[in-house]
Amino acid sequence: MNTLKPKIEEFALKAEKLSKIVTSPEGMLTILDQVSLQVSHGERIAIIGASGAGKSTLLGLLAGLDLPTSGKVWLGNSELTALDEDGRAALRANEVGFVFQSFHLIPSLTALENVMLPLELAHHEHPKQTAILALQNVGLGERVGHYPRQLSGGEKQRVAIARAYVIQPTVLFADEPTGNLDQQTGEAVIDLLFRMNREYGTTLVLVSHDRGLAERCDRIIEMNLGHILVSQQSHEEQLT
Amino acid sequence: MKTLVLAWRLLLRDWKSGELTVLSIALVIAVTSLTAVAFLTDRVSHAVELRAAESLAADLRLGSSQPLPERYIEMAQQASLKTASMITMPSVVFEENHSTLSAIRAVTANYPLRGQLKVAPKLLTAASETSEIPAIGEAWASTRLLARLGADTGSVISVGKARFTVTKVLDFRPDQGWQFVDLAPTLLINMADLEHTALIQPGSRVSYRTLFAGPRDKIVSFKPLLEELLSAGEQLSDINNTNPQIRSAMERSGRFLNLASLVSVLLAAVAVAMAARRYAIRHRDRIALLKCLGSAQAFILRLNLLQLLMLTVLGASTGIILGYVSQEALAWIARDLIAQELPAAGSAPIYLGLVTALSILCGFALPDLIQMGKTPVLRVLRHDVEPPPIRYGISYLAGIAAVLVLLQWIVRDIELVLGIVVGAAGTFAVLGLAGWLLVKFTARFRGVAGVAWRYGLANLSRRGRESVVQVVAFGLGLMVLMLLTLVRNDLMDSWRDSLPIDAPNQFLINIQPHEVSQMQQYLAAQNMEIPSFVPLVRARLTAINGQDVNQMSFEDPRGERWAKRESNLSFADKMQTGNQLTQGEWWPPGSKTHEVSIETDFAHELGVKMGDELSFDIAGEPVNATVTSFRSVEWDTFRPNFFMVFSTATLEDYPASYITALYANAEEDKKMIDLMRQFPSVTVIDLDASLAQVRDVMDKAALAIQAVFLFTLFAGLAVLWAAVQSSLDERQFESAILRTLGASRKRVLSGVAIEFITIGLLTGVLASTGASLAAWQLAINVFELEYHFSPRLWLTGPLLGMAFVGASGLLATWKVVTHAPVNVLRAA
Repeated sequence: MNTLKPKIEEFALKAEKLSKIVTSPEGMLTILDQVSLQVSHGERIAIIGASGAGKSTLLGLLAGLDLPTSGKVWLGNSELTALDEDGRAALRANEVGFVFQSFHLIPSLTALENVMLPLELAHHEHPKQTAILALQNVGLGERVGHYPRQLSGGEKQRVAIARAYVIQPTVLFADEPTGNLDQQTGEAVIDLLFRMNREYGTTLVLVSHDRGLAERCDRIIEMNLGHILVSQQSHEEQLT
Repeated sequence: MKTLVLAWRLLLRDWKSGELTVLSIALVIAVTSLTAVAFLTDRVSHAVELRAAESLAADLRLGSSQPLPERYIEMAQQASLKTASMITMPSVVFEENHSTLSAIRAVTANYPLRGQLKVAPKLLTAASETSEIPAIGEAWASTRLLARLGADTGSVISVGKARFTVTKVLDFRPDQGWQFVDLAPTLLINMADLEHTALIQPGSRVSYRTLFAGPRDKIVSFKPLLEELLSAGEQLSDINNTNPQIRSAMERSGRFLNLASLVSVLLAAVAVAMAARRYAIRHRDRIALLKCLGSAQAFILRLNLLQLLMLTVLGASTGIILGYVSQEALAWIARDLIAQELPAAGSAPIYLGLVTALSILCGFALPDLIQMGKTPVLRVLRHDVEPPPIRYGISYLAGIAAVLVLLQWIVRDIELVLGIVVGAAGTFAVLGLAGWLLVKFTARFRGVAGVAWRYGLANLSRRGRESVVQVVAFGLGLMVLMLLTLVRNDLMDSWRDSLPIDAPNQFLINIQPHEVSQMQQYLAAQNMEIPSFVPLVRARLTAINGQDVNQMSFEDPRGERWAKRESNLSFADKMQTGNQLTQGEWWPPGSKTHEVSIETDFAHELGVKMGDELSFDIAGEPVNATVTSFRSVEWDTFRPNFFMVFSTATLEDYPASYITALYANAEEDKKMIDLMRQFPSVTVIDLDASLAQVRDVMDKAALAIQAVFLFTLFAGLAVLWAAVQSSLDERQFESAILRTLGASRKRVLSGVAIEFITIGLLTGVLASTGASLAAWQLAINVFELEYHFSPRLWLTGPLLGMAFVGASGLLATWKVVTHAPVNVLRAA
């Protein structure tokens, strides 16, 4: 059966009836149940919910990090769920950026080398200069030669943001980006994330427990037990 | 190109951060050990061969009872080999009123081509080496000859029609045989004088010898050319078919060296496997991240393979350089022992180093790296997502097979390789089982002790699989360390004991039956050792199972020679010490049956089987005997031994002379000269020089072995290190949590100490058992030595285990309690 391809202009990201079922000692466990979602270009959405609600699972499926048991995902005009592992990897290399709660910097590489990495993987022509600019853009121009262990938590996350934005992704996925940071640092990092988002016009998909953070997005999707409970515009968005 | 750059950068950073330290060191140890052994064995064995070649006075010796054609010498000269000639014949030597039978040896300049003559200015004075030969008109006489003639240097002697002045006492010839050939004492003269003696007449018993020596490669290519041209009666000898004592010493040293390098490689492979596993576990996040950033599976594989290849090249290069430097250093240390310059090392060990590094890494690190490459990308979100489980059995099987093929290629001793592999597999199985039992056993006791004990014992049972792996690794490491430090000395002592300091150095032959008791009385009067006297009967083999030996064809040319020449037989009621039955049974004392026991290799060369009937001609009388047993003989004991020993009833009625061997120290030289004068018909053969040759070979080999065992020791330490590192991350994290929860430093350390000391106690007991069994098996089956179990091992093992493993564990985890827990937790 052919599925109609959505128009590129229409959505940056689209999910259709996504389900994820895993086996557990207690039997089959449904983590995500028939979830559908559309995200427009440049839109900032926050996925919130309690632990075990299925937020991270949804993020993984939307980013092509995992495959659903059923359902489909489109990133731009590419159907992620129809691609093999390498196809999805190639798409991620050019279209997707990530920011994680635990930063996921490679400890043996310097800040500069960590930021250069996605550029090198995407065969960028001038990875070093571009990475230096990206680090300067996040206020770490003086720390390019530092290793992750020599950086504070906030600095690590700023490197991760620079790494995520350096390829100018279409969509940026952020999984609890302030989860490992104190409130003040967390706010500074979020400010940076949103500033970069504005500068590059990137679509942002953010997973968080923090409703306050979610309120800064255009739309909030609240999840519970593998279902989307509510999908609504944030108060800030409503006010504007 | 970018993959290459990234691979290099990641490798470099991993090295700087210490992630590759254990793996690299283990790899370098393996390559260093193998290449050093290869360089060393190549150079030292060549040097030892040269030393051994001295017993021939040449690298090749051609002998015949007919004059040897000049073309052999011309061929040798064309091949840039050195040559010398010697003509030997028995003749009576006269000095005033005395005369005695002597072996006249006429030699050309250059003789001996290997080794050196030793001469003394007078009887009972110190001898020194010389590179000359007697001048024309002069003769050098052996001590025995001068003793029999009652003469000394300065005497004038007659040989045939010529007269010579004795100018030197001939103390030593490198090729002086000690077996039952060349029995008469030597008189050395210049070849130019031989014609003046007019001794060579039709029918004379003359032996012609041409000696060849030169670089090894030239000798190797020259030998087959010469062999092709040999006529009947011309016999070519090299070190392989002369002097069984030196050959035996060389074979044993070769086995020691091979064993050391084999064990080093296997241990290094274990350390590499453990280090690679840790590396792979610690780098799963990196792989997931690379995939998350868009790397394809093929790129990850390429990246890992490139890193592996770089590691191979770096590890192999370092190992090869270190191997070369090590053997150069050893050659420098041994410069006084190795008299001559060591030959240059060949290039083969370089390739060997590369192949070894590749085999070990591909066999033992690649499976973990491939598995690491399969880490799901989802791990970036969920840390508990792991790659599919690895099938270690299948993965390592290829690695083990690769290393086995490599080892067999290196040592070319399938028996040794299989023995080691079966032993290693058995050891792994026993250690694994013991580890599993320990885990089960401690699980029951964790609830009955204090907090530290509970924590320590709980760790053992909770980390079940890791604990088993650690018991195997620690047990293996400790066992090898004990084998190398404690048992090695026992083995080396056993080897040296096989040729004790008071080994017989004087062979007395041609003792008539009536002289036996007189000689015993003489020796007793001189306070000298009274040895046992062994009968010797000369006989000629006539038939095997009724078939005339002259009509038979023999598969082994040596067998044919044995069959067609006069044999030395002996008879006894009891088997001699140093002999061991390999098949059949020894006859009971007083047996009236005609039986013969034959040395195993000799029987093989002769083509004789159990139950065969051998017929002999003894002074014209036929004698038959049935082969009822085969024996192995320790030829390097320097005691009288015989290929064929008969039951007493078979030979006791035939004319026999007696032989014996005794030890005389340097102060007893005069007593021996007096003995020769009192029993003029008895021939005394001084074996001191031959013994010194064998001891020299042993000492040289022992030095090389000590050095190579040092590498094995390092490989064992690398395994222990890898074992401690394998659980370090988890241990650090747990300790940090415990300290966060309020546990004192002391309590955390106590728990860690209890865990490691428990493992140490168990592995110590197992290692003692394993080391004893391994040493016993090695002694019996590989080195053919006697081995005595050492009780100190059973005490040392557990103590060493507890101390070593406990200390290693504590040292490795010390960082955990000295650093703030928050750092560990933050990094996790």
